[in-house]
Amino acid sequence: MDLGIEVDEGRSPFVVVAVRGEVDIATAPKLREKLVELASQGAQQVVVDLEGVEFLDSTGLGVLIGGMKRLRGLDGDLSLVCTQPRILKVFEITGLNRAFAIHETVDAAVAG
Amino acid sequence: MLGSSESVLRLEIPPRAEFVALARLVVSTAAKSRRSLADDKVADLTLALSEACTNAIEAHDAKDEADRVRIRVDEDDARLVVTVQDQGPGFDLMELPAHPAVTDPDRLNFERGLGIPIIRNLVDEVTFTSDSGGTTVTMILNCPPSSADLAADAVELDELGEFDELDLEAAWDDEVAP
Repeated sequence: MDLGIEVDEGRSPFVVVAVRGEVDIATAPKLREKLVELASQGAQQVVVDLEGVEFLDSTGLGVLIGGMKRLRGLDGDLSLVCTQPRILKVFEITGLNRAFAIHETVDAAVAG
Repeated sequence: MLGSSESVLRLEIPPRAEFVALARLVVSTAAKSRRSLADDKVADLTLALSEACTNAIEAHDAKDEADRVRIRVDEDDARLVVTVQDQGPGFDLMELPAHPAVTDPDRLNFERGLGIPIIRNLVDEVTFTSDSGGTTVTMILNCPPSSADLAADAVELDELGEFDELDLEAAWDDEVAP
């Protein structure tokens, strides 16, 4: 299954990355490439919208951790939008819900 | 441990990332059709399986091992047992690095190593057997058989069983790869 990634740069200074589909070992590299590309283009505040994600495993978590590390190294940050219990559970059981700012809506994420 | 259980499904996948989604689909369908499991427990099993298959494929990759990853589903009256077997280099569970606390900035230096803790959290019981010949992950869910009509189950199982006969790699190369 292909991973859908849509980038909205109209919420400056935030860049919103909406992800659709399943994030696993096969598809996570595509998300990693996009986050690396955005950081190299100067994006600092990135919001990854996971509302369209049907499945996410530790490979996807690793990409998000890597993205956060990269952006923080550039004085930026990466935050998330997610309300789906099944996806939130992956963050909760790894404790990463305390490492990421997880918002209920994109509006809330860009409001800081 | 599986002496009295019956095999529901055997699936062998090429050690390539594209096949993990297929394994999730097949095993979750088997679990739903055979057992009385709430949707969230099926989702837990699907995630645990994905983690085990991901580790298996990475293990084969580390050893440049082209043989297939073997997945099987067995059941008895009380349990569903999902086994993922690879022929990678093996690992020592005691030597897995501990992660810093999530509030520690150094935590961001660890992008990997989350799979096994996730598996442990999601299934009722898990065992890892590993040596230089490979690793077997055995994941157990305590759940009763499905109360659905057994005849209907049998039909679904027959359909699933066809995966045993497919040459998945050839099918992939023929239909998807350029």
